[in-house]
Formats: sequence, structure tokens, C-alpha cells
Amino acid sequence: MTTLRAWLSDPNPASRRQARLGQAWLAWQRIRRNRLAMAGLVIVGLLLLVAAFAPLIAPHDPLTQDLSRRLLPPGTPGNLLGTDDFGRDILSRIIFGARITLYIIALVAVTAPVLGLLIGTVAGYFGGWVDATLMRLTDLFLAFPRLILALALVAVLGPGIENAVLAIALTAWPPYARVARAETLTVRSSDYIAAIRLQGASSPRIIAGHVVPMCLPSVIIRVTLDMAGVILIAAGLGFLGLGVLPPTPEWGLMISSGRKFLFEQWWVATMPGLAIFIVSLGFNLLGDGLRDVLDPRSASR
Amino acid sequence: MSLLEVRNLRVTFATETGEVQAVRGVSFTLGHERLGIVGESGSGKTMTGRSVLRLVRPPGRIEADAMTFDGRDLLHASEREMRALRGKRIGMVMQDPKYSLNPVMTIGRQLTEGLRLRDGLGRSDATAKAIAALEAVQIRDAARVMEAYPHELSGGMGQRVMIAMMLIPEPDLLIADEPTSALDVTVQAEVLSILDGLVRDRGMGLIFISHDLRLVARFCDRVLVMHKGLVVEEIEAAHLMEAQHPYTKGLLNCLPRIGGSRAPLPVLDRAGF
Amino acid sequence: MALIEIDDLTVTFRSKGREVRAVEGVSLSVEPRESYGLVGESGSGKSTILRAICGMAPVTGGSIRIGGKPVPVPRGRAFSTEVQMVFQDPYASLHPRHTIDRTLSEPLAIHGVPGRDARVVQALTDVGLPPAFRFRYPHQLSGGQRQRVAIARALMLRPKILLLDEPTSALDASVQAEVLNLLNRLREEQGLTFLMVSHDLAVIDHMCDRIMVLQHGRTVEEMTRDDLASARMTTAYARSLFDASADRMLDASTEPTP
Repeated sequence: MTTLRAWLSDPNPASRRQARLGQAWLAWQRIRRNRLAMAGLVIVGLLLLVAAFAPLIAPHDPLTQDLSRRLLPPGTPGNLLGTDDFGRDILSRIIFGARITLYIIALVAVTAPVLGLLIGTVAGYFGGWVDATLMRLTDLFLAFPRLILALALVAVLGPGIENAVLAIALTAWPPYARVARAETLTVRSSDYIAAIRLQGASSPRIIAGHVVPMCLPSVIIRVTLDMAGVILIAAGLGFLGLGVLPPTPEWGLMISSGRKFLFEQWWVATMPGLAIFIVSLGFNLLGDGLRDVLDPRSASR
Repeated sequence: MSLLEVRNLRVTFATETGEVQAVRGVSFTLGHERLGIVGESGSGKTMTGRSVLRLVRPPGRIEADAMTFDGRDLLHASEREMRALRGKRIGMVMQDPKYSLNPVMTIGRQLTEGLRLRDGLGRSDATAKAIAALEAVQIRDAARVMEAYPHELSGGMGQRVMIAMMLIPEPDLLIADEPTSALDVTVQAEVLSILDGLVRDRGMGLIFISHDLRLVARFCDRVLVMHKGLVVEEIEAAHLMEAQHPYTKGLLNCLPRIGGSRAPLPVLDRAGF
Repeated sequence: MALIEIDDLTVTFRSKGREVRAVEGVSLSVEPRESYGLVGESGSGKSTILRAICGMAPVTGGSIRIGGKPVPVPRGRAFSTEVQMVFQDPYASLHPRHTIDRTLSEPLAIHGVPGRDARVVQALTDVGLPPAFRFRYPHQLSGGQRQRVAIARALMLRPKILLLDEPTSALDASVQAEVLNLLNRLREEQGLTFLMVSHDLAVIDHMCDRIMVLQHGRTVEEMTRDDLASARMTTAYARSLFDASADRMLDASTEPTP
């Protein structure tokens, strides 16, 4: 353990890999000191574990209906968080719902920020008419409320989880493009970009190798903070019946179906709501912590 | 009696990797004279200057065996007493006028504000005094400068305004931290001679902080040479050429000179101390 | 034949409908293996001339020739193997998220040069840095060490011409001496031609054979090193620069003051 630590904090790394791992180790040290970020990390980590081991953890099958055990309150033996109107165990549905939530988050996280980063850096780096065209396109997307735009897209594409993800991703990229462009503008005029340009590097090489690494921290922070929003929009689409289709245990859909008995059987809608709340909170805390760790302005010198 | 006495000053910063001592026991006394503090980056010279005004922000911590200004204990003075001292009795000029002047206020307003608030002067009296101060730093069209915003002034002009602003309350001690480093050489000479004349005429104490040993030597009576938070040598400026400490000698010799030899410049042997 | 020939160069920046002439009608020529200095205060256009050579400033008049051939627009890859530049601020000229190794090997990767590992280690040794620094990040180096890395990077492609934009003005005096010595040694060893910009007359005097004094984008005076050393300048501005140089000031003070 001590030798590993010495190897990681060695001021004179002997290879590229050691240098990179050493930097990651330093970042980890910084985030470990931030209690709220650690709390966020624990929540997100739990979400991952629950999703991975859902069949082992869940006490019941999330889809099995038992109309003799309808709308049982929380604390009923065998149904810790109660049952819904079809007699399905809410805890099991929430546990399996974590998989769907995670699936949506993962798909959005690998599409929207990449698209935004690409458009933002290209616009910022080249400037001129390229910038004008790409940014007006971005403005176009930003001009619509996100949920409305997602609704319109789903209405065209048809409901379903992949289409929901696509709709969310297509509405989520403009803020990343803006962030990336702003960052690119400050990086573009720096001496190290002038130096690499003078070495004969091509524009794609400069953007991918030199500009993107500088934009990445702010985009990653933004993505983490947006995850809560993505969960909410996915839930919102589910709630409106335009996202995941029943009987899939999606959290938004569960809230939607519980709406009918909100006053008599409050737990049907409240339990998945709490799950959304906790996971959103986890991502927000993590994002705030990452901002302190990754922000080049606070970390560099 | 000495104007300022500092005994065993230490400035400590608590960082993630443990405590870092920026100043590690500096002592000096200052009369109505010009004292130069010279050192390279990280020598603790700026922190020494700021400590006198207790302008070190947390996590920095100031400790000293004694720090008195004109018989007053600076270490235990309340924040209120310190505010009364700052500006009024001890002035400070910083490196870059761009960052020390308020960008959204005219020079005139910045100059007269203190006079009107602190000394209760009327508008016309304050303006007259401000114009006189600008003229003292050899600004010819003082009336125009009074109306100007900081960005409309050149670097040299901005630094003169800063000096004028510091001199209006007629402090007993002026701390100048690299006052000319951001300026062009020809302007530098002008600003320095203005500062020199003012200090001489008014009998102020001056602490001149700089990285440039030769500049300081020309300008001060006495020089403290700092290295890594310690004073390595204290010497009369006139006898600088007879400096004993290898660091001082190294600093003196490593600068190229016009018409000097083209042989490699002597470099500091950092292992020596 | 001169290696660098600049003829009647004019650089005009346009911003918000206003035109600013940063350089106006400057001509100079630098022989192979010569070291030529540009001296002036802020706004004199001295750095702009270097940037214009590299294609980083809008040339609106005159011509720039390297080795007798006009510089191509855009500068292209061949140009990078002839001319390289060292920037003023070593804190801003190295990519903060790249290791020294990546900074030094990237030029070789761009030009498809083989044997990168050996050349990176050699480059570090050449500029007096231990090879153990190879996988460090810039923030783990001091200002002087960073500037050594920047110099090493500029020399990776073995250019003939090195443009030096105030390479030591952000450094401490003792570090400046080390970097100037390094530059002189490299010039000797690699047969480099220097075009150097500085506001410090003493530095230019130490480094350069011929000197041009600039003010407000125009040439004030061109002189040799001997002219400067024996104060044979003909214009008032050059003389005021000379008188204001820090080392002249010390001479005045070492005489006993009454």
C-alpha cells in the first residue's frame, strides 16, 4: 500500500502511465477531502451497485401482479415500501428502475456532451462564419423549452426508451456547446496554441489534442450537474406516457401511475419520487465537488 | 526613535501539504529613511511588506516577537485601529495600477473620496487638494486627469495617480511593492525620481520592495536582501559592491551589462546556501 | 545572402472599424548565424514583427523572405522546420495538461520523425534538464525549468532560425542569466540564427550583434553592438533608453553621494 502510494506520488514518473495515474491519484486526494462530494459519490456508487445487482437485491419480480395484495402501505411484511395498484412490490420496481435510469443517463452522457463539445470547440476555434452558423443553430435549440422540444421529438419518433434518450440528447447538447465555445475562445489565443500551430499541427489535431482537454473539465462538471435534469426529463416523459412504456418499472412512469391515488395511497407516487430526489441530489453534490477538483482555474498553479 | 520596528516576523500558510513558511524570522528597524527589500520570487519580500499592514489573508498567519509602528503595537491592534492606520499613516503602492484603481470611478472621485469622508473636507477644498497632489507627481494637465477613468491612462500615469493617492493623507511610512516593474524603462526612471523627491521632501519612511537589486541600490539608503524567507544580508546601499554574502554577490553579477563581456554570465550556485 | 529579409513591413490590426498600425515600414535583414535584437518599449511593435514572421499578425504591406524565398501563406509544415519561436511567459506557453514528454514529442509526431524517445531525452539533456523530468507536468516545474522546456520544444525540429520574444523577462535575474547562457550555448552548438525581442537593452546587448531600436511601430535607429557599448547612438530616443537602463543607474549611485 505504501509502495503504491509512493509510486503514485513520485515527482519523477518513469512512464506516461505512471504520470497519468499520479495525476488521477492527486485528484482523488482532493475530492476525498470534500465531504459533500464524497456523499454524492457514495449515492451514485450505490445507484450503480443497485442497478448491477438488481435481481439479487429485489425481493420480488417487478412485473408480477398480485391483485389480492393491491395498494398495501409501506411496512407491510414482504413489501417494505408497499405495493401499487396492480399489487407489484414498489421496492423491487424502484430497484429495477435504477437500471433504466442508469441506462438513460449513460446514453445521454455519451452522446450530448460529445456532440456539444465537438460543435463548441469547432465554432470557437475557427471563429468567423463557422462560428456564426454553428452558434445560431445552437441558439435555435436553446430557444425552445427543453421538455417541449423533447416532447415534440418523441411525438415524431414515437414513444420508447431509445427515442426518449435520443430526444433528451438532442435537446441537451446546446449548453455544452456554449460552455465549450467559451472555454475555447480563451484557450485559442494562448501561447501554447500558437506554439503548436507553429510546429505545423493541423486544426483537427489542435482541437482534439489541445483544445478539448482544456474544455473537458467544465463540460464534465456541467454533465454531472445536468444529470439530475436528465433524470427529471426522462421521468417527465415517462409521466406523460411518451418515454418508457408500461409495464417497465421506470420511476417517472411509476409516479404517473400513482397520481390517481395520491391522496389515499400516497406511497405509490412518493417512493419513486424519493428515489429520483436522492439520485438527483447525489449527482448535484458530486458535480459541485468535481468543480472544485477539476476547475483549471482553481487547480492549475 | 525608530518609526517601525519588526522583530522575528514569521508568516505561515497552512496548505493541503502542511505548513509553509513564507517569512521565517525577519527583523529590521526603520527610521525616516529609505529601506529596500530585495529578493527573487518566493523570497517572502512581498509578504514582509504586507505583514506590516496586516494585509495577509487567511490561511496566512502573521506572528512576530514584536511589530511596532511609531510606538503602537501592530500585532495586537484591533482591526479598527489597523484601518485607521492604513492609508492614513502607512500608505501602500502596488505593482500594477490597473488592479489598484477602481475601473468604474473617475480618478477625481477616487482621489477626493477619502478626503471628503475621512477628513470631512468640502467638495472644492478636496478637489483643490487632489489637483495639488497630482501636480506633485508631475502630472501637468491635472484637471483632465481628474475627469478620466483609469483605463484612459497609460501605465506610468496610472502609477503616478496611485502614488498621489497614497500621498494625499501625508503618511509617515510608504510601502512600495514593485512600483515600477509593470512600467517601461523610460517611464520607470521618471516615476522613481518623483517618488524619490517626495520621500526626501516630506521626510517619510519608505520601504521599497523590488526584485531589482541595482534599482533598489540606487534608490535606497539601506538594503535587506531576502532569500527563502530569511534576510541573508543587510547592507548600506553605497557599499553594495562590497557585499559579502554569496547570494547578494550572485544577484549583482548575474545581470548582463551594456558593453560587458560576452562570456557566459556568472550564475548563482544554489547549493551554496 | 541574408537569411531573414524583411522589407518595408506594415502590420495593421482592425478592430471595431478602427485601424491600428502596429508596425509601419520596418526593414531589416539578418545574416545566417547572426543574432539580431529588436528593442523598444510597450507598443513599439517589436513582438508584432516576430508574430508577423510566423503568420500570427495581419501583414498589410511589405514582404518577408526566409532564405531568399517569400514566406508561404499559410506558413505550412516546411516553415516549422525552419523557424521556431520561444514565448515570453513560460507559464502560458506550455499546455498545462500535457506532460513534458508529450509537449516535446508532438512536433516529431506531426512531422513523422522516427526515434522520438531518444530525441526527447536528448533534447532534455541539451537544455540542461534531468531526463527524470520527462513525465512531469508543467506545474511541477519552476519558471526557469519551464522556459528550458519551451526552448527544447522550439529546437525539436532542428530549425535554423529561433525567434525569441522576451524569453527572460518573466524570470528572476539569476534564472535569466542561466537561460541566456543556455541560449548562447545552443546558438553556438547548433549554428542558430536569433531574432530576439526585449525591452531590456542590457540583455539585448549581451545577446545580439546588431540592434534595432523601435518606437510606435517605426524604426528609430539601427546600430551595432560596439555603437551601443560606446554610446554612439544618434537619436535622442535611443539615448534616453540607454540612460534609463538599470545598469547605467547603478553607476550613478556607486559614486559617493554628498
